[in-house]
Amino acid sequence: MAKTLALTGNEAAAYAMMQINPDVVAAYPITPQTALMQKFADFVSDGDVDTELILVESEHSAMSATLGASAGGARAMTATAANGLALMWEIVYIAASNRLPIVMPVVNRALSAPINILCDHSDTMGARDSSWIQIYSENAQEAYHNTIQAIRIAEHPDVLLPVMVTLDGFIISHGMEDVVILEKPEVQKFVGEYSPHYPLLDADKPVSYGPIDFHDYYFEHKKPQVDAMETAVGVIQQIGQEFSSLCGREYGLFETYRMDDAEMAVVVLGSTAGTARYVVDSLRQQGVRAGLLKLRVFRPFPAAEIAEAFGQVKALAVLDRAISFGAHGGPLFMEICSALYNAHLHIPVLNFIYGLGGRAAEIENIEEVFTRLQKAVQTGKVDQAINYLNLRE
Amino acid sequence: MSQAKEPGYKDLAIGGKILEAGNSEQYETGGWRTFRPVHDPEKCIHCLLCWIVCPDGAIIVKDGKWTGFDLKHCKGCGICAEECPPKVKAITMVKEEK
Repeated sequence: MAKTLALTGNEAAAYAMMQINPDVVAAYPITPQTALMQKFADFVSDGDVDTELILVESEHSAMSATLGASAGGARAMTATAANGLALMWEIVYIAASNRLPIVMPVVNRALSAPINILCDHSDTMGARDSSWIQIYSENAQEAYHNTIQAIRIAEHPDVLLPVMVTLDGFIISHGMEDVVILEKPEVQKFVGEYSPHYPLLDADKPVSYGPIDFHDYYFEHKKPQVDAMETAVGVIQQIGQEFSSLCGREYGLFETYRMDDAEMAVVVLGSTAGTARYVVDSLRQQGVRAGLLKLRVFRPFPAAEIAEAFGQVKALAVLDRAISFGAHGGPLFMEICSALYNAHLHIPVLNFIYGLGGRAAEIENIEEVFTRLQKAVQTGKVDQAINYLNLRE
Repeated sequence: MSQAKEPGYKDLAIGGKILEAGNSEQYETGGWRTFRPVHDPEKCIHCLLCWIVCPDGAIIVKDGKWTGFDLKHCKGCGICAEECPPKVKAITMVKEEK
C-alpha cells in the first residue's frame, strides 16, 4: 500500500533514490541539496540500500566518479545544485556524450556571484546544451515521481542519455508537503534490472570509452545524441503513461490548465506554476479567459507539441527564472518563440524575467503579468517584449 | 589513415565507444614520422631498454632479442635512440626522405 508521509522535496527525492537502490552514488554537499544527500546517507547507514556511497572531494569528482561507475556497468546517481553543477560542467557534457544513463536531482539555486543560495533556474538553464534530458518538478510529489521515471527514460535503449530532475531550491527542497510514497517493490519492478550498454567491466567483451575523435568523426558521434533527444520526446510520454497506473496521475511533456478556451496564457517552469494556477482561477472568476501551461520537459524541448497547445491563444507570457545575458529574452522565451515561429504562429509573446536569487513570485506579480497580457490581447501587439518582474529600478 | 568509404553516423557505435579490443593497431601512425630510427646490429647488446621505453610498442622483440622496428606505427619520437645506453648507441635517428 502506498503511504502518505510529510516530506520535504529533498527527502522525497532521497526516498526515490532509496527505492531505486542505485549501485553507486558519488556526491558532494551544496546548499540546498545537502539535506537530500544527508537523508540518502541515512538510508545507506541504516542498511536500507545496497548502494556504494562515495563521499568525494568536489562536484567535479562527484560526476567523474558517477560517470566511471556508470561506464563500468553500475546504475549510478548523484545530486547537486548551482555552483556544484557549474564545477562539474565538463564532466556533465562528457557523461552525456558517453551516452551514460545517469539520473541526477538538481536543486535549483542561483549561480554566484554574488553568492546566493536561494532558488532560480540559472544553474540548470546553464546546462541546457549539455545533452542531458531536463525534467522540471513543481512540488515534492513530482520530484519523487520524476526521479523514478527518470531511470527508465535514461536507460531506454533508444535514448541512453542522462537525466536532470529539478526541484526548486528551498521552495520545494525544504518545503514540507504530503507526499504519497509507493511501495519499494513496486518501484523496483518499475525501474527493473539495469542492462548496461557495453559496460567496461565485461572481460568477455572489452571496450574503450572516450577515445580521441578527429574532424573526420566527431560530428558523426554528435548527431546520434540529437536523434536520441528526439526519440526521448516519445519515450518520456510512454514512460509517463506506464507510470500513471502506479501513481494514479498523468505525466507528459507539459500540463495545461484551463487552456481549452483561453484567450491568454502564461508559460512557466517549476513551483511558480502553483501561484500562477491560483491567479488563473481568480481571473476566471472575473470572466477573464486566462490559462496556464506548466512545462515539465525542457530538454528535449517539445516544440511541435507546444505550438499545438497554443492554437487559439491571442497572447502569451513566458516566465523565465533565469537570464541569458546578452540574449534576446530568457531561455524559455527563446525556445517558445522559436517553436511558434517555426509553426507559423504569430502570437504576441511577452517575456518576464522573475524570481532571480530566490525573489518570491507573489500573486500580485502574476496578476501584473496577466494585466499586460490583457493589453496585448486588446491591441494584438507587444508593447515591450522583455520585462523584469518586481525589480527595483 | 585514409579509408575507401567513411561510415555514416548511423554505422558507428554511439558515444564513440570502441567495441574491439586492441584495435588501435589498425590505425597506422607511421606516416607521422619525420625521423626514422636506424639500428646497428654490431653495436646492439639487446638490453631491450628501447623496447621498454617505446611509447608506441614499435620495437619488435623475439626470443629476448631486438629484431626490428614496426615502421607502420613508429612516430619517430627518438626516445629509443635517447635511451639506448651511452656506451652502446646502437640506434640513430635519420631524417625521412620525402
